[in-house]
Amino acid sequence: MIEVFFQFDFLRYSLYTGLMIGFLAPILGVFLVVRRLSLMADALSHITLTGIAFSLLLGRHITMFAGLNPVYMGMAFSITGSLLIERLRHVYRYYKELAIPIILSAGIGVGVVFISLADGFNNDLFNYLFGSVVAISQSDFQVVVTLTIVVTALLFLFYKELFFLSFDEEQAVISGIPKRSLHVLFMVLVALVIGISMQIVGILLVSALMTLPVASAMKWAKGFKQMFLYAVIFGEVSIVIGLFSAFHLDLAPGGTIVMANVFLLIGSIALTRKRSL
Amino acid sequence: MDIKKQPLALNIQHLSFSYHNQNVLEDINMQIPKGSFLGLVGPNGSGKSTLVKCLLGLLSPNAGSVQLFGVDVKKFNRWSDIGFVSQKANSFNSGFPATVFEVVSMGLYGKIGLFRFLKKKHKQQVREAIEQVGMEDYIDDNIGQLSGGQQQRVFIARALVSNPSLLILDEPTVGVDAKSVKNFYTMLKKLNDEQGITLILVTHDIGAMSEYVTDVACLNKCLHFHGNTNTFEENKEEMMTAMYGHEVNLLEHNHDHDHHHHHHDHDDQDGVRREEG
Ligand SMILES: Nc1ncnc2c1ncn2[C@@H]1O[C@H](COP(=O)(O)OP(=O)(O)OP(=O)(O)O)[C@@H](O)[C@H]1O
Ligand SMILES: [Mg+2]
Repeated sequence: MIEVFFQFDFLRYSLYTGLMIGFLAPILGVFLVVRRLSLMADALSHITLTGIAFSLLLGRHITMFAGLNPVYMGMAFSITGSLLIERLRHVYRYYKELAIPIILSAGIGVGVVFISLADGFNNDLFNYLFGSVVAISQSDFQVVVTLTIVVTALLFLFYKELFFLSFDEEQAVISGIPKRSLHVLFMVLVALVIGISMQIVGILLVSALMTLPVASAMKWAKGFKQMFLYAVIFGEVSIVIGLFSAFHLDLAPGGTIVMANVFLLIGSIALTRKRSL
Repeated sequence: MDIKKQPLALNIQHLSFSYHNQNVLEDINMQIPKGSFLGLVGPNGSGKSTLVKCLLGLLSPNAGSVQLFGVDVKKFNRWSDIGFVSQKANSFNSGFPATVFEVVSMGLYGKIGLFRFLKKKHKQQVREAIEQVGMEDYIDDNIGQLSGGQQQRVFIARALVSNPSLLILDEPTVGVDAKSVKNFYTMLKKLNDEQGITLILVTHDIGAMSEYVTDVACLNKCLHFHGNTNTFEENKEEMMTAMYGHEVNLLEHNHDHDHHHHHHDHDDQDGVRREEG
């Protein structure tokens, strides 16, 4: 059953990419969740859709863009979106969370217009929305590996500052931690990881991979480091189960991965019930 | 700039501050020599926390200047020399999955600097700070599961761990039991006597405080008094009437502690103005 993933290159690339996002998404998710920004992942994934639609539209009219994987345009949009959200959070200082629905709906709205213009309601779009087991080519895969290394290294280097900022922003600022630049850096990392992950899980479900494993981990973890450990374990398990069942049952992997996560979450809640209230 | 050669820990000149249109601080002038232990008192809403935030550069005054160890607060960068326990320290996100050890180590992050990690020696310092506040039995416990007073002790340990030259405590003993408050004041006095740490203690506990502090400042929008404890004791009645408007029973004053610290919950991170360090 598992062997089939090693017989075909494209499946192998998907599996490896899956394992990498099963690692990256929950780790970023831990920071998002503890900073109460879990919906940020949704906003950024929707703006990724805008970028993809834009790329599809350009591809129809300008040959230069026809060969380009729309995911890269998606990433560019979601990075821009993350910076816009930061601006908006400043504009609405007392209602920071407003930035999220604004960007989210603007992203979808503009995206849908682009898709209609591009005549793009087709199978490709379905794959972008819900993920695909066969989405990763060799050159995509090289990009995925590079980005994974970069994101991991940055997270490792800035771990303690991000941790402090998440726990107690005021104290972190007092101790001289550069809040704004780190926050922007972090949002850019989230945007990149969403770009990588959406090829497998799909835009609509990518935020689930950032939040559900963390929600499960929260039930088990005692400290911050343990949160990462459990979140990554849950993330990886869900990816493996999700990808195999998607391939063998011919389902969209986004759905199966999220279902695996939901089961893990229900299990975690049930098993830890006695320990909490 | 050599901190050791500066006679003044803090030099506040003509400082005024207002939130929107409401004047909160008016023309505050204060010189705090190194090695003093200052008790800062005043009624609720008199601007104590606001003054402290100006001193830390979290709020920018409308007029006047603040110098920390001879350096203008806007240019000051030795933040690891300053320890701060915020009035609302225990209103942090209480579900945050961090252990006592993890929280106290944050106090060292600014000192360690970017791209560096906790070494053995740092971990030892963290353990010592935790012992200093008597929380060693809880070192691996989740911060959210401790009582309010215990959390407050952890935050005090976090402020102490970097061996600051100036320690600012905004009502640090709210929610700490009477015996621990006494131990805590004794500990502060020892830090002040033996290590020459300059201390600023915001408190409503005027009776108990006088035994420990070397100087007292009375604030109510303006600075009504700033002088040594003896002079304060001699003019206490007069001071109290001037500040609180009527005779107050000083000994009974600490009963209304519990409701102070929830007053300004809206004054959250939005107050954090200082950006890059
Ligand atoms: N973020 C804020 N926005 C607007 N007004 C504020 C804010 N924080 C405080 N204030 C106002 O400034 C005044 C001084 O508040 P401050 O918190 O400095 O008082 P305090 O002396 O620390 O009081 P307490 O003893 O209750 O802690 C109050 O009138 C308060 O309403
Ligand atoms: Mg206050």
